[in-house]
Amino acid sequence: MGIRFILMVNKHGQTRLAQYYEYLTIEERRALEGEIVRKCLARNEQQCSFVEHRNYKIVYRRYASLFFLVGVDNDENELAILEFIHLLVETMDRHFGNVCELDIMFHLEKAHFMLEEMVMNGCIVETSKSNILAPIQLMDKAS
Amino acid sequence: MFQTVGNIGGREFAESLAPDVQKLLISSSCRPLVRKKAALCLLRLYRKNPDVVNVDGWSDRMAQLLDERDLGVLTSSMSLLVALVANNHDAYWSCLPKCVKALERLARNQDIPQEYTYYGIPSPWLQVKTMRVLQYFPTIEDPNTRRSLFEVLQRILMGTDVVKNVNKNNASHAVLFEALALVKRIMSQCVALLGKFIAVREPNIRYLGLENMTRMLMVTDVQDIIKRHQAQIITSLKDPDISIRRRALDLLYGMCDVSNTKDIVEELLQYLSTADFAMREELSLKAAILAEKFAPDLSWYVDVILQLIDKAGDFVSDDIWFRVVQFVTNNEDLQPYAAVKAREYLDKPAIHETMVKVSAYILGEYSHLLARRPGCSPKEIFSIIHEKLPTVSTSTIPILLSTYAKILMHTQPSDPELQNQIWAIFRKYESCIDAEIQQRAVEYFALSSKGAALMDIMAEMPKFPERQSALIKKAEDTEADTAEQSALKLRAQQQTSNALVVTDQRPANGTPPVSELGLVKVPSMSNVDHSSADHGVTQGNGTLTVVDPQPPEPSADLLGDLLGPLAIEGPPGSAAQPERKLVPGTEGVPNANDALAIAPVGEETNTVQPIGNIAERFQALCLKDSGVLYEDPYIQIGIKADWRAHQGRLVLFLGNKNTSPLVSVQALILPPSHLKMELSLVPDTIPPRAQVQCPLEVINLRPSRDVGVLDFSYKFGTHVNVKLRLPAVLNKFLQPISVSAEEFFPQWRSISGPPLKLQEVAKLVASVALKRQS
Repeated sequence: MGIRFILMVNKHGQTRLAQYYEYLTIEERRALEGEIVRKCLARNEQQCSFVEHRNYKIVYRRYASLFFLVGVDNDENELAILEFIHLLVETMDRHFGNVCELDIMFHLEKAHFMLEEMVMNGCIVETSKSNILAPIQLMDKAS
Repeated sequence: MFQTVGNIGGREFAESLAPDVQKLLISSSCRPLVRKKAALCLLRLYRKNPDVVNVDGWSDRMAQLLDERDLGVLTSSMSLLVALVANNHDAYWSCLPKCVKALERLARNQDIPQEYTYYGIPSPWLQVKTMRVLQYFPTIEDPNTRRSLFEVLQRILMGTDVVKNVNKNNASHAVLFEALALVKRIMSQCVALLGKFIAVREPNIRYLGLENMTRMLMVTDVQDIIKRHQAQIITSLKDPDISIRRRALDLLYGMCDVSNTKDIVEELLQYLSTADFAMREELSLKAAILAEKFAPDLSWYVDVILQLIDKAGDFVSDDIWFRVVQFVTNNEDLQPYAAVKAREYLDKPAIHETMVKVSAYILGEYSHLLARRPGCSPKEIFSIIHEKLPTVSTSTIPILLSTYAKILMHTQPSDPELQNQIWAIFRKYESCIDAEIQQRAVEYFALSSKGAALMDIMAEMPKFPERQSALIKKAEDTEADTAEQSALKLRAQQQTSNALVVTDQRPANGTPPVSELGLVKVPSMSNVDHSSADHGVTQGNGTLTVVDPQPPEPSADLLGDLLGPLAIEGPPGSAAQPERKLVPGTEGVPNANDALAIAPVGEETNTVQPIGNIAERFQALCLKDSGVLYEDPYIQIGIKADWRAHQGRLVLFLGNKNTSPLVSVQALILPPSHLKMELSLVPDTIPPRAQVQCPLEVINLRPSRDVGVLDFSYKFGTHVNVKLRLPAVLNKFLQPISVSAEEFFPQWRSISGPPLKLQEVAKLVASVALKRQS
């Protein structure tokens, strides 16, 4: 229901972060990522941000060299998801300060924590940046 | 902990943890963080096991939760609510006003903490979720609540403009689209708005505009308004963005009806030539369905389908052309037109194989209607079709063979040159590897040599009974998302096709003649049931092409011989038996095999049961020279055989197992045409516990797989009669020749292709001392 997976892929097709909310084996995931990324990367600026794939939709957004792809059910509100991607980016931006791909690569666990605060089992749970970042900041302070 | 359970909890977890989770959720002393997670955890558990949330007590608690100030908890509770309400909205009525209030609060931006405001819009995600919940409630009773809801929605609908800031734009439009989904039943202003959207430059909005319009199709009065935007939608069909193109196609499919069919279908066909492959199959299927449903007249429909095949032959599934053929067959005035069109298409230099199939079929059936026209004499039609023969694959050749046979049949007066040409083709294919082609070539050849008797058999196909379009089934089967599904549902509701009516009449030529000699392929049209599209395809193919009942050639036909013995028996029994034993299809043969070993005579019932399996015994005797042919409680018949080249000598040992004599003993040989059998005299009585020997001479005249039958009867209390196959089979008359390795292997290697050649390695079970070859 809702969100099925969230991927962050760079423009060369390498997956930087993958969070799945339904079970798929490793091979399936790899195949899926390959297919979707190929489709999305081939699109240009003028085209809309929604791609239909199999029986669900992919909502994607490009930020510099990084693509954010979210796979959702067909009845999900696409623009809301689009904005959710932006919210995610802004949250990471607030935490890392001018976030870039390298930040995600080097602090992958933090990126995952943030994502998990925001989305649980495919539903959006928290949309306030301070609430999301609070536990992470606590962790940083404690360590 | 919540994270774990929430994400991967299973059914057992659900049962055991549910109460605890629920407690945590409602206790206000817990920190918001915990409660958020608790809410979603519960959601997960609920999905796994719906009984977890006991409905009555819980709806009040939910209502309480919705009073929550903290938006984080509210968001998660809302998610939970969506799932609960989706299953059972009656129980949660009390939550409804709370939802509306929450929505109001958000929309008016009343004491929303700053951090939940996203580019000036208070938590768009929560708004979206709330509206999603509201969608599940059919109507709102309480006028106050209704009013406030309408106000909110009104404001959203009117107040959302296209703003510079992309994010704000998107967020506000997200809310807007959700609102549209909510009100689609109520306001038709929505459609006007949507009409504006599909012309906007921003691609996302266009996409959503098209998608929502498709969803709106379910509301009937809106359809006229949607049609006004037809031009714009058709432009979207040519949009460079594939997602938009798909949406446009779905919308066009949904909004098509009698008035705008011609335009839409013609647009689709035009687009087909430039469409990319992913879409072509869907496109062709939908165009075909639309053409069928709303065709203003039948000839237009045939035109469209033929054009479709011409342009996108690869993507036109067999269902489509079957359907065309069905309609042409059922409508007599359509037939000459279809034939002319088919002929025109054949003139083209490079045509698709499906087109060849369709044209060949139609011309085969109806070319005689065109005989007067120039360029359409049977000879010319034949030569045009024949030109295509080298270019087609094995699946088309059977259809072409049928066509030739029908053309031949329809040429009156018969043209010997044409006949010879066609016969030459049949003869060529008589030795083809493919069983279907071979069978048809052989049978058509034999039939056409019969002359006038052909008329009945090769008459036109009878009309098809009406059945649900396989195409619609196929369209519903292919993966469809929700917007598409509403269009499909609409389509399914409009089942009564007003333009094309398939009539159900008895076949014009009456029931096909049943031949005395058994093998009748009963037209199995009633069996064809479109329970699944694929099943329908194979069956459809079968019925379309092999319905002509064809009696087998008694002698020259290798394929019919297994049931040959039926031909030997007297007429009364045989007509009844084939229908009983011959199920059209493959089951006929093995059944007949076993049944024939002891073929019951119609009038008398055998109460004496044989011991052992007669078929097995027969098969064993085919390999050995001596053994028991038949045994029952009273008699045992054994055989000892001796073979030399084409001659054989069998001795039948009739042994009486009983203490009293068997009387009225009679043994008759029913020889097949290829064997000469002579049985010496069989005594009338067999004394008790005695064995009588009866020699039987067999001479093999020519090779055949037929079997001789021994009709044996005796009386012991009751009359017993059995018909036994005699193991005087082909392999007995074969003689081995010794071949050295040098001679053998070149021969072996020169045989090409399966199944003529079979190589198997046999393992030696025990070591055998190999003797040297002499």
